[in-house]
Amino acid sequence: MTATENAPATTGVPFTLNGVELEAKQGENLLDACDRLGVHIPRFCYHPRMTPVGMCRMCLVEIDTGRGPALQPGCMMTVSPNMVVNTESEATVKAQDGVLELLLINHPLDCPVCDKGGECPLQDNAFAYGPGESRFVEEKRHYEKPIPISDLVFLDRERCILCDRCTRFADEVAGDPLIHFVDRGAQTQVNTFPDHPFSSYFSGNTVQICPVGALTAKPYRFKARPWDLTGVESTAAVDATGARVAIQSSQNRLVRVLGVDSDAVNWGWLSDKERFIHEATDAEDRLTDPLTRDDAGEFVVRRWTDATKIAAEALQGPAERIGVIGGARLPLEAQFLWARLTDELGITSRDAQLGDGLDPAILSGAPRATIDRACTPGGTVVLLGADPKEELPSLFLRLRHAVAEDGVKLIELTPRASSLSSYAKARLYAAPGAAAEVAAAISTDASASVGGVDAQELAKAAELLGADGPVTVLVGRANLAETADLTAAALVALHDVAPDLAVLSGLRRGNIHGAIEMGLVPGSAEGGDGAAGKSTEAMLAAAAAGEIDTLVLLGADPMADVPNRELVESAFAAVATVVSIDTFNTASTARADIVLPAAAWGEVDGTFCNLEGRLSPLSAKVTSPGQARADWIIAAELALATGHDLGVGSLGEVRSAMVETVPSLAGVDFDGLVSDADGPVIGGDRAWSLSAPSVSVPPVDGYGLRLLVDRTLWDEGTMVHHAPSLAHLATTATVSVAPAVLDRLGVQPGDQVTLNHENGSVDLAVAADGRLPDGVARIPFRAAGFDAGTLIGEGPVVDVRLDRASS
Amino acid sequence: MSSHTNDGHTNDYVPHAPGYVDNEGPKVVTSRFTYEDSFTLERSLATGGYDGLKAALAKSPAEVAQEVKDAVVLGRGGAGFPAGVKWGFMPQIWPRYLVVNGDESEPGTYKDRLLMERDPHQLIEGCMIACYALGLNQCFLYVRGEMPLAHERIATALNEAYAAGYVGKNVMDTDVSIDIVLHWGAGAYIVGEETALIESLEGNRGQPRLKPPYFPAAKGLYYQPTIVNNVETLANLPWLMVNGAEAYKTMGSEASPGTRMLAVSGHVKRPGVYEVEQGVVTFRELFYDDNYCGGIRDDNDLKMFIPGGGSAPWFFEDQLDIPMEGRTVGAAGSMLGSGALVVMDETTDAVKAALRVVRFFARESCGKCTPCREGTSWEEKVLQRILDGHGRPEDIDLLLEIGTNISPGTYPVASFGDAGLDAVPFPPKQTTICPLGPSSVAPITSAIRRFRDEFEAKIDASADGGVAAVDAESEPVVAAAGGH
Ligand SMILES: Cc1cc2nc3c(=O)[nH]c(=O)nc-3n(C[C@H](O)[C@H](O)[C@H](O)COP(=O)(O)O)c2cc1C
Ligand code: SF4
Ligand code: SF4
Ligand code: FES
Repeated sequence: MTATENAPATTGVPFTLNGVELEAKQGENLLDACDRLGVHIPRFCYHPRMTPVGMCRMCLVEIDTGRGPALQPGCMMTVSPNMVVNTESEATVKAQDGVLELLLINHPLDCPVCDKGGECPLQDNAFAYGPGESRFVEEKRHYEKPIPISDLVFLDRERCILCDRCTRFADEVAGDPLIHFVDRGAQTQVNTFPDHPFSSYFSGNTVQICPVGALTAKPYRFKARPWDLTGVESTAAVDATGARVAIQSSQNRLVRVLGVDSDAVNWGWLSDKERFIHEATDAEDRLTDPLTRDDAGEFVVRRWTDATKIAAEALQGPAERIGVIGGARLPLEAQFLWARLTDELGITSRDAQLGDGLDPAILSGAPRATIDRACTPGGTVVLLGADPKEELPSLFLRLRHAVAEDGVKLIELTPRASSLSSYAKARLYAAPGAAAEVAAAISTDASASVGGVDAQELAKAAELLGADGPVTVLVGRANLAETADLTAAALVALHDVAPDLAVLSGLRRGNIHGAIEMGLVPGSAEGGDGAAGKSTEAMLAAAAAGEIDTLVLLGADPMADVPNRELVESAFAAVATVVSIDTFNTASTARADIVLPAAAWGEVDGTFCNLEGRLSPLSAKVTSPGQARADWIIAAELALATGHDLGVGSLGEVRSAMVETVPSLAGVDFDGLVSDADGPVIGGDRAWSLSAPSVSVPPVDGYGLRLLVDRTLWDEGTMVHHAPSLAHLATTATVSVAPAVLDRLGVQPGDQVTLNHENGSVDLAVAADGRLPDGVARIPFRAAGFDAGTLIGEGPVVDVRLDRASS
Repeated sequence: MSSHTNDGHTNDYVPHAPGYVDNEGPKVVTSRFTYEDSFTLERSLATGGYDGLKAALAKSPAEVAQEVKDAVVLGRGGAGFPAGVKWGFMPQIWPRYLVVNGDESEPGTYKDRLLMERDPHQLIEGCMIACYALGLNQCFLYVRGEMPLAHERIATALNEAYAAGYVGKNVMDTDVSIDIVLHWGAGAYIVGEETALIESLEGNRGQPRLKPPYFPAAKGLYYQPTIVNNVETLANLPWLMVNGAEAYKTMGSEASPGTRMLAVSGHVKRPGVYEVEQGVVTFRELFYDDNYCGGIRDDNDLKMFIPGGGSAPWFFEDQLDIPMEGRTVGAAGSMLGSGALVVMDETTDAVKAALRVVRFFARESCGKCTPCREGTSWEEKVLQRILDGHGRPEDIDLLLEIGTNISPGTYPVASFGDAGLDAVPFPPKQTTICPLGPSSVAPITSAIRRFRDEFEAKIDASADGGVAAVDAESEPVVAAAGGH
């Protein structure tokens, strides 16, 4: 499906459409050709991103391929030379009429109370192509009105027209075949298997593509009528994939987000997180007013002028004693202004990452890949990082399609089997601490196992890396309990085997790539001494050592997100002033001295830069609550208050300044981004300049199990926590191990075990995870009930021991 | 009628299920049917079993395929397509498969069951010959789930054949190796349709695939080239290999050589399966001759008959003298289909008969495509309502109209001399994915065209012209309250 740039020049396919001689593209689907040529053929089951199934029969048209005209489903036809298609013939019209009458005989026609009413393809087609009246006087089919098929989705089987879109999506696109047709004939219905809800990360897509109101999503049910909605195109900012969306509001509240088909990025699909996280924007406990502490240490509400003045004072202390943490939540424009402001103030310690990412040199020091490059048929993708399904789910769908349908070969170099492992051609499950060593051992002559990986897999990987076709490494942070240097070292080792590799960044947090591009990275401050700029972890360590007076948090919650919990605690305890600019009360704002309320996603215009470096729009649809205001305004006001006029009074002026001063943005047309479904990629060509950091990993100690701490999609993250429909999905903390480890311990899944580590012990429920190698214990990060950050210290790896709980 | 004995064997077999009638005439596939132990390897070998395979292995695969083509072995599963020609459609791609269609469920049909129960070795031998000719090593035998005796006997026969070296590695000490896997269906008529059968065999929901693009010969089982043949089609091959195409063609008509197994049920004196020369014997002979069914029960008048399974449009007196073969029956407006004949005498209620057949298709619709899923159950409901005494005058045309939305154009129908109506030849057109939906239209158009007066009489007799039923439906509470 990916457009190849050097596609051979092809000639058109001549055919006749309603008496007019026209040309289709080679191999073009008849429905697509007709759409392109402006002739609409009604359809229900056809979806351009899924295999056609020809089930609904709505697209029947009279087609003559030389054997006389016959009714054929247009969605199943590839235009062939001299095909004669008649979408208006008597037979076609009768067939359309007939199919619609049949689709409606059992349909409840409860349009007045149906969410889909007003934007329903069944209504629209019935109006445009259907008979005026039904001749059906029998009893209709009855089912229990909507049944929940998951936590988020309801199914009304009476409305369903059995088009197979949802079921096909679940199976073919998401790889979660949890909804199926059951029974047959007129009793056919979509349903789940008993005790297996449709708990897919992608369930919301089925609601969007259902051509009737059979599937509805909990967050939107009965919230609005389509004619009350207004919408604007934007970008999902909850992770770094940058899926294109349309956001819709009614009465100044965001009520719905829909996926928009971008060829280059998300193909119209969204994860449920991207789709439903907008609920957080509307949360009750948004930060609405600037707050400072009174003498008793209590927060008091301030006006912006006062709060800005107080914050400005904190920023005017000695620059080397100030650190700025975060910025990935901000639009590109605000990131730019914060980089300018800190430049003006001479602050060199600024880092948009929270110690849970990677050295930004990995992105600047290696050729960069686009998603399309990674998905090029015949290419090879190496997963060196976290499971994309958990961290970058829309990207996961693209990768899944690539490996499942387009023959892209996958190498896993991960701590455990990823969600794509069934498609992997080489499986290198490196124990925590061993990734670099394993990568270095990849060789066609590998003869011994390394780091828990068989020689055979090492040789297979070498073969794949040496094969034709582009090699793309998706680099992310696989394990928060392991130093990121190991990932960098592994990448360098891969480069030795595949010198033409390109890197697709797997950094997950929102607009992190924009922040890096704008210079919110340590040591990049203009005019500053590069070496002096501290990373987030270094800032926290310096703060703990009394070397920093002020920490500015740009939409960052280090108390929750920096893996090393002890480090954050001691830093917050020691630092004099914490300025937090955020949308929600978090663990960190609760500890801040000055809190400035920022506008949230959906409330401000701006620009997003995804993990490819692709720019797309962020759009305002609703107004901010209370005094909350856009981050770029906060930055501009703070600049003025600190005596540094950045000369920007409007977003347009910020953008002009960006185009003028940031080389990678030269020539970017910000206003044109909304109408460009793909968007320009900035950052250009980068040459390989990485060298391996040296890391020494101690041998596994008496504790016996190496710790893997990674993220799951549904966690206690601030946004999820504030989205009512999603909050309860958060994973609860369990420690999982390979089934064999459970056997050795003599415990059952669900039993309590005691996890012993350097600093103490904790009791947790244990789970079996067949995707884990022996010798590894996994705890999800930011899970409900236990903060895995308390286990993570300074060392390159963390070792733990499990015992049966004493009670 | 001749009757073989069991040659003194002490016999603890499950006895044959009834259904076969031993008539005079050439025997190609039923020659062992009257032995009580006809299904054993011993009996098979004593009566020439596996001689056909031996003869085939002595030739090249291409020669075997040519012999089948020369003999014009028409498919016995319904469509009547020549097997040799179908085999020629296979592209030169491996792996490729042979799938044997033993899902026989067409209403009225029970000849494959007898072939599987009474002579499983003949079927296995036929499969082996086909596999050899097609150059493939893997055959799947799909047997209908409701046929436990067939399943059991084939399973036993397969074990015997494997042990004796007729199936498996190095068949009969040649370098040919072929495996046969027995698969038991799960109870759906639609799985008799070859692409639905393939889906079911793959472990999926039994629903047809779309042709194009999924013609099994090109893209079948596991999307590899696959030949699907009916049980009876393959059962012809051992005889053909032993006796040759020339001998085969001395039986039957020029267009349809050989014999057919015809399963007769309904109002005849002696229902059962008969092996009959194709295109030679007429319907009249089959129903009335003493060699076959021996006449209509109680010597009643014939009202109508279904010539080729529930899917076939009905025939009447006018069609009795047509010689039974696919070509002639098709031209006359129906099909010989699966060779199932259902005879109905003058006591039969045409509306009830139509409902009976329509209900079958409504229940068996797989639900994949709209016109069949919705249309067949609508047809059933309207017919049921007419029979329940709530018919409306417009229901007759409504039934025909629903039919045209499943099968557009004029539906195939037999000529009706008295009314000056001409035959419309088979097959029907379809808005559906497979022919199941259109099959439901056959009984309706047949019955209404010929017995419209019976529909009208029922509707005239309706106390309420259908109104009560309709009202009761839309306003149940009011209707109930009105009674008091
Ligand atoms: C609805 C439907 C049901 C069918 N049922 C059967 C069946 O039960 N047995 C069978 O052999 N063929 C059946 N067929 C025909 C098969 O699709 C296929 O044509 C046949 O098995 C091919 O074998 P042949 O060429 O040897 O006849 C059915 C077709 C349709 C459309
Ligand atoms: S629920 Fe909607 S998408 Fe799914 S089969 Fe029914 S109509 Fe189609
Ligand atoms: S015609 Fe009926 S049986 Fe055939 S595919 Fe359609 S719904 Fe299924
Ligand atoms: S759109 Fe073609 S059959 Fe449904």
